[in-house]
Amino acid sequence: MNWIADVGAKALSIVSNLGLAGRFFAILAGASLRALGRFSLVIKQLYAVGVLTLLIILVSGLFVGMVLGLQGYYTLVSFGAESSLGLVVALSLTRELGPVLSALLFAGRAGSALTAEIGLMKATQQLDAMEMMATDPVPMVIAPRFLAGLIALPLLSAIFTAVGVIGGYLIGVQQLGLDSGVYWSAMQEGVDFYADIINGVIKSMVFGLIVTFIAVYQGYFAIPTSEGVSRATTRTVVNASLSVLGLDYVLTALMFGEV
Amino acid sequence: MHDTEQKQAQLIEVNNLTFGYGQRLIFENISLQIPKGKVTVIMGPSGCGKSTMLKFFGGSLTPHSGEVIFDGINIPDLKREKLFELRKRMGMMFQSNALLTDINVFENVAFPLREHTDLPDSLIHHLVLLKLEMVGLRGARDLMPAELSGGMARRVALARAIALDPDLVMYDEPFTGLDPISMGVAVKLIKELNEALGTTSVVVTHDVPEGAGIADYIYLLGGGTVVGHGAPADMMHSSNEQVNQFMNGLPDGPVAFHYPAEAIGDDLLDIRQ
Repeated sequence: MNWIADVGAKALSIVSNLGLAGRFFAILAGASLRALGRFSLVIKQLYAVGVLTLLIILVSGLFVGMVLGLQGYYTLVSFGAESSLGLVVALSLTRELGPVLSALLFAGRAGSALTAEIGLMKATQQLDAMEMMATDPVPMVIAPRFLAGLIALPLLSAIFTAVGVIGGYLIGVQQLGLDSGVYWSAMQEGVDFYADIINGVIKSMVFGLIVTFIAVYQGYFAIPTSEGVSRATTRTVVNASLSVLGLDYVLTALMFGEV
Repeated sequence: MHDTEQKQAQLIEVNNLTFGYGQRLIFENISLQIPKGKVTVIMGPSGCGKSTMLKFFGGSLTPHSGEVIFDGINIPDLKREKLFELRKRMGMMFQSNALLTDINVFENVAFPLREHTDLPDSLIHHLVLLKLEMVGLRGARDLMPAELSGGMARRVALARAIALDPDLVMYDEPFTGLDPISMGVAVKLIKELNEALGTTSVVVTHDVPEGAGIADYIYLLGGGTVVGHGAPADMMHSSNEQVNQFMNGLPDGPVAFHYPAEAIGDDLLDIRQ
């Protein structure tokens, strides 16, 4: 009969964690508005989560674009439709691969770093020390990192998409000999600014919110030991990645479900 | 008349405080007083809750019952804003130093000044250098916390704790993990700063010689309550067995050497069977 109690305890802990996360989100949202007034703190974090993630985004974007070019070309050429390569590459990137892959990379590179950093600040009593110095650590430490993540991911994802399109061009046009004008004009013809690009940007904003929130939440509530911080870091990457993939389906269904 | 004078001489009064985690009580009906302008040392074996006591002074823990009165204000009653206001009158040195690792020594000491005062940069610069001079680290202002030795980091933490010239400075295990020279420096600094700044100091430690060396008054905690209190000399020669055991570091006494177990004879015979 113990399993009934186990299920109950598990359910209770899930509900109370959700409540905690909800409360933390409300506090964080208020603190973020205040942190906008001290934008220098946000800029410092933008460097840490944005600029330092740039390299992995550029490299991954290029290779993903190149693979798309290669796979797309060989699939399309058997239907004689290789002239649509530019469109295929651009749509895949703006709608799906750009926002989703950047979010996954961002969770692995920046999200884990955020969790570890905040968790270690907690473990070394730096957050306690701020509290004792009558400074609330949420607007001072957490909110600037949260805002930086919100701002950085849509930008990174736009860069990922742009570099990916160039990668597709390198393979499709430079290597496989598709006409350059055909590649770009198919893209210009078929990509819609609102339906494709803006929806992609909205996706990456949502992903930025969820990934960064998970990262700072896990860091702030990490058990302040080395084991606790390492587990929190793992949870950040796992939970953020799953949330991104799950939400991507929901968002895609909402945005592109009815054409 | 005498009674009110007595009251005014106390910066903090803990009255009948009870606190515990879950079923385990850490403090049961404990009362103590921290006299103004003096160095009070709170001692006790590991796990007796002496660091927890500092959390009540700082208001980061709320007792189950009882009062913690700081200069006439009952801390557990305070709302967060008022509590933060009161904390500006307190400085705390953490056992782990808790320096902010992403800014240098100067900025660490400047942190409370920048957060809580509107002083111009030039004045903050002067104040920070004066505080660093007091702890002998004016020359180390540009170092990052990771570049400091344990003793230096503790001195920076001390400079930061006194940055706002607080009424109360709390030291959590200030002597733990220091080499003999740094330990000597820490002892000297705590004593001297208390006199120079006219503040009240509370030191939590289990290092008896160092603690007794700087104390004006000692509280010895154990088993959730005050085991003994008094001036250092009285405590060293206390007739109370428990006080005597701790102050003189005797391996056996009221605090038993052996973890509770059945008689060794029975235990050994049991194995043979």
